[in-house]
Amino acid sequence: MSYRFGQMLGIEPLSADEITYLLDQSKPFQEIQRHPLKKLATLRGKTVALAFFEPSTRTRISFATAASRLGADQMNLQAESSSLKKGESLLDTVRTLDAMKPDCIVMRHACSGAADFVARNLDLPVINAGDGTHEHPSQALLDALTIRDRRGSLEGLNVTILGDILHSRVARSNIHLLSKFGCRFTLCGPAMWLPKELECLGPAGTSICRMTRISEALQDADIVITLRVQQERLHEPALAIDEYVLQYQLTPARLRLARPDALVLHPGPMVRGLEIDSAVADGPQSCVLEQVTNGLAVRMALLFLMISSADAPPEKESSHAAD
Amino acid sequence: MLLIKNGRVLDPASGSDAPRDILLDGDRIAAVAPAGQLDARAKGAEIFDAAKFIVAPGFIDLHCHLREPGGEASETIETGTRAAAAGGFTAICPMPNTRPVNDNASVTRSIVERAAAVSPVRVWPIGAASIGSKGEALAEIAAMKEVGIVAVSDDGRPIANAKLLRQIMDYCRALDLPVIDHCEDSSLFAGAVMREGKQSVRLGLRGMPAATESLAVARDVQVGELTNCRLHIAHLSARASLELVRSAKAKGLPVTCEVTPHHFTLTDEDVQYDTRFKMNPPLASREDRDALIAGLADGTVDAIATDHAPHEAALKEVEFDRAAFGITGFESAIGLGLELVHAGKISLMRMVELFTAGPARVLGMQRRVAENDPGDITIFSTDVPWTFDVSKTASKSRNSPFDGRSFRGGPVATIVTGKIVYRREG
Repeated sequence: MSYRFGQMLGIEPLSADEITYLLDQSKPFQEIQRHPLKKLATLRGKTVALAFFEPSTRTRISFATAASRLGADQMNLQAESSSLKKGESLLDTVRTLDAMKPDCIVMRHACSGAADFVARNLDLPVINAGDGTHEHPSQALLDALTIRDRRGSLEGLNVTILGDILHSRVARSNIHLLSKFGCRFTLCGPAMWLPKELECLGPAGTSICRMTRISEALQDADIVITLRVQQERLHEPALAIDEYVLQYQLTPARLRLARPDALVLHPGPMVRGLEIDSAVADGPQSCVLEQVTNGLAVRMALLFLMISSADAPPEKESSHAAD
Repeated sequence: MLLIKNGRVLDPASGSDAPRDILLDGDRIAAVAPAGQLDARAKGAEIFDAAKFIVAPGFIDLHCHLREPGGEASETIETGTRAAAAGGFTAICPMPNTRPVNDNASVTRSIVERAAAVSPVRVWPIGAASIGSKGEALAEIAAMKEVGIVAVSDDGRPIANAKLLRQIMDYCRALDLPVIDHCEDSSLFAGAVMREGKQSVRLGLRGMPAATESLAVARDVQVGELTNCRLHIAHLSARASLELVRSAKAKGLPVTCEVTPHHFTLTDEDVQYDTRFKMNPPLASREDRDALIAGLADGTVDAIATDHAPHEAALKEVEFDRAAFGITGFESAIGLGLELVHAGKISLMRMVELFTAGPARVLGMQRRVAENDPGDITIFSTDVPWTFDVSKTASKSRNSPFDGRSFRGGPVATIVTGKIVYRREG
């Protein structure tokens, strides 16, 4: 069974089979990261536009490296150098990029729905590299790949997510992804970042509970995802940093409350001493650097699948391709 | 002379629902009589055959934005009023948030004069309550009233200071003008772009709770009680707000409210990053929407008002967070009102009341089909199928979520001061 992906705007519309397919397709690209020579010619002659309207280092470098290793050329647009500063609209900016005939656009934007908006207005594959507080699909895929490698399966895990869930696109995409495999979720953080509506994410029947005490939230956890405290996305300082550290920092003592083989994931950038203690970040349960390497594999798979789908004659498209 | 024949005349003011012919002479209604009885008197008159149609007093829209002066790229008095006529409205009340703000008599006069020159419908401006709608000092309300304002409001920029609101209401009580408030607690609103709920959390869009509105309604009702000024709540969208209005009315306070067609039709579940679904107040929850329909039916709601808010494409073809609030509303209003009637939620008479006697009462006026009353008549169908196509709108803007929606029944003809100003083709 193979699938085609016209757009990659979010995890929510994907099926479990489509996700499994994407993860399977990432496997050969994981291998390539271990080769002494990492460059392929798969996408030679193709161009990937990287449009980052919000400051980003790791995701941008990851997509750029993924494109390079597939042999694709790149166009780079970064917020600080873009004409948006000169008052140009997002639509005009991406239409300008489109007129230079890229084969795919990877975009990051501070507004939720920005990737959907661009996808609706351009006849070009769009990969959402993070839109506001909505979704970050490649992050969830690389997290899933990391978990599957270590645990063998994604089915039925207890997943605890720590931090500012309300403002986290990583949390949303992870919940959308792992809920399709029957995972159960415990969301934990300060109460104002845990609105009850979060319990409605995921398909009907998904078990999502909210807890404000980290000691309870970590009980029986198979997976612990620690989010960055995103101060730039908050409208006001809602909480003193010390309060957060006191109650929610993932420390070795707290991690011992989880299952002994629990995995610790962090989407980065990680602030040691804030949301995570160094001993946990560097400990045997931490997957932080594997996540980064797997990010390359997942993004190579996405670029490869989407650009080659766009070339192939139309056949069976993923049902959400035109979202 | 104009003779409207064979129509079913609905007149909520008198409660009559009967086949009647109406003779208009000059700018007034000359006679209303059973079918055929006016034929002799109407010799030489233009005949409008209204068979199979509803003939009602002229529809009034208490809440719209014509954008002129200052926002002519989105709408002008000429295009906006033509859209109003095409929507079946005979009189509309433009909000003062133009550039400059309509906070003094010279701006009011320029609007009134422009309307007199180009508008097919009556234009009854609403003046700003405070200078520049900045919420700091009273606007020149008495001077504006002399030139023709029918109410005051700082629509879109709610009056945050309760003391100033009290002073405005005291002042307007003496001038016998209603104060219309866009009820919103700005601290709870805080950058929101839609209603807070499952959908805002799913989409990752900043939401505002219903209390953003109802907190301000509670304050307004209590400040209003200090002054006994007429208070009209604009575009009410939350059940909690409606309950406050209901209890104020039960106490006999002079409080009225309006609901827009989009708030009684759509919900926050319809928001999908499509900026045509972005307006303020935002689309509410299903429970709130159902409560609004109940309020329309039971009399708590006084008027349906469109909040016609045209925006040029450049203000809407942007990220959802950055898009302007507001949608156009004139031409889809009757069709959406009729959806409630067809669904059995309200009677046809009640719908007509919400567009005629109801809003007239808010303004301290009357709307009837009666001899010697103004010759403003709205004729509409209840069953002719049609599809709203924004590419054919008379408005300068196309920001409607109802583009492509199929309706059963809609405007047929609009008559203002005895003249047909709009007639549906085909």
